[in-house]
Amino acid sequence: MRKMSEVETPYLRSEPLDFEVGDTVDVGVIITETVEKRGKLEEKERVQVFNGIVIARGGAGVNESFTVRRIVAGEGVERVFPVHSPKLAYVKSKRKARVRRAKLYYLRDRSGKSARLRERIVVTATKKGKGAKRKATPTK
Amino acid sequence: METSAAGGKMSVTALIGKKMGMTSVFDSSGSMVGVTVVQVDPNQVLGLRTQERDGYEAVVLGMGTRRATRTRKPQLVAAEKAGLAGEPQVVREVRARGGGEIEIGSSISVGDVFEAGQYVDLVGTSIGKGFQGTVKRHNFSLGPRSHGSKNYREPGSTGQATYPGRVFKGKKMPGQMGNKRRTNRNVRVVAVDAEKGLVLVAGSVPGADTSVVLVRHATARKQSGNTKSKV
Repeated sequence: MRKMSEVETPYLRSEPLDFEVGDTVDVGVIITETVEKRGKLEEKERVQVFNGIVIARGGAGVNESFTVRRIVAGEGVERVFPVHSPKLAYVKSKRKARVRRAKLYYLRDRSGKSARLRERIVVTATKKGKGAKRKATPTK
Repeated sequence: METSAAGGKMSVTALIGKKMGMTSVFDSSGSMVGVTVVQVDPNQVLGLRTQERDGYEAVVLGMGTRRATRTRKPQLVAAEKAGLAGEPQVVREVRARGGGEIEIGSSISVGDVFEAGQYVDLVGTSIGKGFQGTVKRHNFSLGPRSHGSKNYREPGSTGQATYPGRVFKGKKMPGQMGNKRRTNRNVRVVAVDAEKGLVLVAGSVPGADTSVVLVRHATARKQSGNTKSKV
């Protein structure tokens, strides 16, 4: 019997996505829309950006996914993305935060000022060295 | 590959495989589909049933090998006639269309029979659940748990009165649940890996992982480019 993971391998993305729970990210989602072009309907692909805070990441193999939460017009909106989806164009980490747990579900019960996360400034060393990444604010 | 599945020389309509388990994959449009992986290693042709001799056309297929200590003599001799070293683990007869070109002793692999996008039936033995009551077996409702009730999971009344004076046949009652031959019909083939001998089908498949599954061209559906597969 072959291993199930062997079956999944071709469906995994080759480059891992670089983000953590608590990050404010821009998620580029490839969407297809039908556009009218010179009287003809045409299918067109474009990238739509969903911006928000990563509140959870879970699963393994092809089933790995993450949840992004944002507030749209005063209403909390969460989207769950499969990490290995070919429809994910990119995930850009805009801001890192100091978080103490893996799932930030408590943000759902908060709004306004209390729903903020303390920023963690990441200094990337310009000189090449062992510590390419150094945290300005220690985690503890 | 496509030509053979569409009625070329390899005209077998089914192969024997093993259920490996479930996972998810992304289809060509990028959406996630839950799939069951069925390992279909090349099946050996053990014999042929012909219209003249048997009254119908079929191919006897074998899959895997049985342990030497578990081998039965008559079956071993039959397997040796087909040029095999040992008795196959599973032997099944499957319908063929114009099976004249298939040779005894040859082997048929997934790529010859199935292709992505087509529809198949999956025949397996469901997971045995033992002797079960009516609540689990037939989705009967539970009785009240309080107010003096002692009817928690009882089947209730099984019939009427003096007339008809008997319980109707087919009345749903407690009994063995599962461990029965079950067929999932019209299941879409999401992908075929001819090299590794894998068939990925959408949704679930009867039986436990590693159990034997027969993958067959869907009998109750017209296949595009496969219209001859009427059984």
